[in-house]
Amino acid sequence: MSPTDPGAGRAADGPALLAVTGLRKSFGTHEVLRAVDLTVHTGEVVAIIGASGSGKTTVLRCLNGLEVADAGRVEVHGSLAVDFATSPDRRQLNALRDRSAMVFQHYNLFPHKTVLENVTEGPIVVQRRPVREAREDALALLARVGLADRADAYPFQLSGGQQQRVGIVRALALRPDLLLFDEPTSALDPELVGDVLTLMRDLAAEGWTMVVVTHELQFAREVAHRVVFLDEGAVLEEGPARQVLTDPAQERTRQFIRRLLHPL
Amino acid sequence: MTSDQWDLVLGSLGPITGGAIRGTIPLALASFAGGMVIAVAVALMRLSGRRLVAALARGYVSLIRGTPLLVQLFVVFYGLPSLGLVIDPWPSAIIAFSLNVGGYAAEVVRAAILSVPKGQWEAAYVIGMARPTALRRIILPQAARVSVPPLSNTFISLVKDTSLASLILVTELFREAQKVAAFSQEFMLLYLEAALVYWVICLALSTGQGVLEKRLDRYVAH
Repeated sequence: MSPTDPGAGRAADGPALLAVTGLRKSFGTHEVLRAVDLTVHTGEVVAIIGASGSGKTTVLRCLNGLEVADAGRVEVHGSLAVDFATSPDRRQLNALRDRSAMVFQHYNLFPHKTVLENVTEGPIVVQRRPVREAREDALALLARVGLADRADAYPFQLSGGQQQRVGIVRALALRPDLLLFDEPTSALDPELVGDVLTLMRDLAAEGWTMVVVTHELQFAREVAHRVVFLDEGAVLEEGPARQVLTDPAQERTRQFIRRLLHPL
Repeated sequence: MTSDQWDLVLGSLGPITGGAIRGTIPLALASFAGGMVIAVAVALMRLSGRRLVAALARGYVSLIRGTPLLVQLFVVFYGLPSLGLVIDPWPSAIIAFSLNVGGYAAEVVRAAILSVPKGQWEAAYVIGMARPTALRRIILPQAARVSVPPLSNTFISLVKDTSLASLILVTELFREAQKVAAFSQEFMLLYLEAALVYWVICLALSTGQGVLEKRLDRYVAH
């Protein structure tokens, strides 16, 4: 379980792991993203916050090609990976996708496969790693999140929190450069949120590079290096987590945070 | 029933079950296998997003569902020879039944694939799978579970429909019954006997369906 440089925090020198510029996306006549820029350095944790419909999830999905943007450039380590304006082919999108792994809001575990099979499916079938090695890796990761004894269970036999931890392990097992989290705790019962957030904090501490779309402001403040506030498809404000969350420059950001902290 | 009639029934059980074992059952199995290959291909064509390909698949399904099976069978066996294409009874039957099952099952397979949540495709893509691998390893196994009940219906219908093959000279269950009936003039008895044997086969299939459903349900919450 070691990413490039454990505990490196933010390595701001050199080209960014991922640099996105001018990301645009419309669904029909509805413009979801209007020229979003986003930079992620190795070892950095970036939280994307914003109201529902602000385009957070769409940004995340464009980062791994689940959504094909209408325009925008994605650079990886300083060299162009995908230029969405020239309608990228599948090979380019796959190359981009292979760098990251995604954790879904609704886990999306494969219901017909056991926990262990869910985790080893990518390493064995796609990455063609030796079966034994992939199994041992997976079991070690499962042990790490306290689920070693559930390796042979099917997803429906697990609680939501357990399923999401398996979802995270499935992502980790791919050994990606970048972990993408799409509201990983939004579908969980409140008492199960803690386990997942704790695991994510541990991963951040180990130096994993993470982009997290979340409504968990406390998590963002404690764990994220940087917070990006998205409003109506554009980055309204971004900066160090503490600054954006406790002393935002924009009134709109202030309102949003207040409403999240005090819903009534 | 007279003892002569009993003897006839018992004596004809051999040829009739023989017709089932050598005719009806292999014919149904082969046609179902062929039909499923066609069904998956046609379903994927309809889901391909290419308009011409999808239209072709739709046309096929419409043609098969819109014409009688007996007519399809006769076109293959009695019609094609006038185009210079003579096909033996057995292959003719398998071709016609496969095409027929393919048309009906394609809709079942298509619906089953569509019933798998979109998130399953996405999860497969995210772990690096290309579309064919995702389909084979993630989507179709889940679609299979959903499609067992309707496909069992299709299969059971097919078993009974194979009796039509008697009309193109395939020796199967019903043709054996017909032969004995014509010879003995005991039509009622022999046709009821044939019906009973079909029924037994279908009962066995229903049991098999139950077992299969239970097996495929092992990963679903109850």
